[in-house]
Amino acid sequence: MDSQLNRRIASAALIIGFFVMWEVVCVGFGIKDIVLPRPSQVIHTLVVRFPAIWPHAVQTLYETLVAFGFGIVLGVALGVLVGSSRLAYDVTYPLLIGFSSIPKVAVVPIFVLWFGAGTVPAILTAITLSFFPIVVNVATGLATTEPELEDVMKAMKATKLDILFNVGLPRTMPYFFASLKVAVTQAFVGTVIAETVASNRGIGNLMMIASSSFDVPLVFAGLLILAALGVGLYVIFSLIEVRVTGWARRNDEFAMG
Amino acid sequence: MRLAAVVDNTVPAAPASSRSDAFVELEKVTHTYGRGERQVHALTETSLRIEKGDFVALVGPSGCGKSTILKMVTGLITASSGYVFVAGRQVGAEPVRVGMAFQNPTLLPWLTLLDNVMLPLKIVPPYRQEYRAKRKGEFRDKIEALLAQVGLAGFSNKYPWQLSGGMMQRASLCRALIHEPQLLMLDEPFGALDQFTREELWGVMQELWITHRPTVLLVTHDLKEAAFLANRICVMAARPGRIVDDSVVPFARPRTVTMTYEPDFVSLTQKLREMIVHAQPPKDAAKGTP
Repeated sequence: MDSQLNRRIASAALIIGFFVMWEVVCVGFGIKDIVLPRPSQVIHTLVVRFPAIWPHAVQTLYETLVAFGFGIVLGVALGVLVGSSRLAYDVTYPLLIGFSSIPKVAVVPIFVLWFGAGTVPAILTAITLSFFPIVVNVATGLATTEPELEDVMKAMKATKLDILFNVGLPRTMPYFFASLKVAVTQAFVGTVIAETVASNRGIGNLMMIASSSFDVPLVFAGLLILAALGVGLYVIFSLIEVRVTGWARRNDEFAMG
Repeated sequence: MRLAAVVDNTVPAAPASSRSDAFVELEKVTHTYGRGERQVHALTETSLRIEKGDFVALVGPSGCGKSTILKMVTGLITASSGYVFVAGRQVGAEPVRVGMAFQNPTLLPWLTLLDNVMLPLKIVPPYRQEYRAKRKGEFRDKIEALLAQVGLAGFSNKYPWQLSGGMMQRASLCRALIHEPQLLMLDEPFGALDQFTREELWGVMQELWITHRPTVLLVTHDLKEAAFLANRICVMAARPGRIVDDSVVPFARPRTVTMTYEPDFVSLTQKLREMIVHAQPPKDAAKGTP
């Protein structure tokens, strides 16, 4: 218990220390606002202009969550397909890897061409970025199921679906949650990229406009919002993960129910 | 009893099998892995009959095809030639419930012992339908009783990783037996345990067999274990895999660990040991690949 408290204090101290150092460096070396604003300035901007920033933050969060939801469905479906069939693995993997290697900034104009600027391209870009880690992890989890366990199930004449739902998917959960943490941050990246290129709403758009008018503190306020949203979602999924996959860590709290 | 009824209603599928009254019958079965020059004969023409309710042990060196026979009887692999009949039908077509336990307990770490043992009831008919209809409440007592029989009373809400290896293996036996299988397949189930736990579990296994009376096929390296548990011991030799001896174990049940030190018992295990040692292929053949 004591060591856990110590770890938390150390972690908080480092975060605060980072911002203090930043402030000190800016003041000490006389760095101009237009190059690197001080954290106190950024927070001041954030508070004062919050009513203007707020709708953009909501828009970005909304797009990211919708994209993330679709990304999970698509990722799990493809992951199950690729992980449970040798043929599907051989056929789809080259395509998937090729697709994920494409820089997503290059894809945004195509989405804009098809669906017009705004919410839809942002969601689609975020989906294309977030589903790939989920596919890879779910497929790996399914493909590494112990052969003996499958023998036990097959001896009971279990169907493929029985094996998938009783053994495959549950044992894939730790892999799945690990991929969610990557996927949710990737979804933010996708949303902001699309907003920057083609949208009139969202944090990405806000930062673009702010930087073109040299309002650097506002740019940094946008970054801070993105970081906060990312950390928030990460924490939420970590909490769910502990509840669902405590068995994988031999967690005693999990065992208590 | 339901168990007997399922077997009695079975109509032989192939005429070839109708003369057989054995529960499990292997007829001139062979199995080869790989193709062409890298072909490995895991099993040359082997025949084996197991009566209903019998307890047969397969002993022999590594690579003699013990596990291959077990997997063929379970339908996990198909014989390269020959026939495997279970309950008078070709393997795979028979409505026989099978239970299986391995050296590795293979319990699911995300489920409690209760839910782990529940697994076959979710999958194997006729329990499968009952499980869907009534949910698991009514199976709980059945599972608790079986867990108590193997010495796991009060542990049903624990997770596998909170238990010792011996306890996990006990639970694994329960999972193999909960759906009252007519056929029980044991692939070195006590191989990874320490001697005292192993001997204790022999007693547990014997008791389970006496109360539930499944047909058991046990694969083991341990001659003492085979002689303690089985009614019949088939000695196998490797390269190529084949059965070289089939002998009946005469000792009365229930057998005790003390009995394993008596002269008759010791001379039986010695005889088995001699047979396995002498059945090794000649030295130059064993060298095999350069």
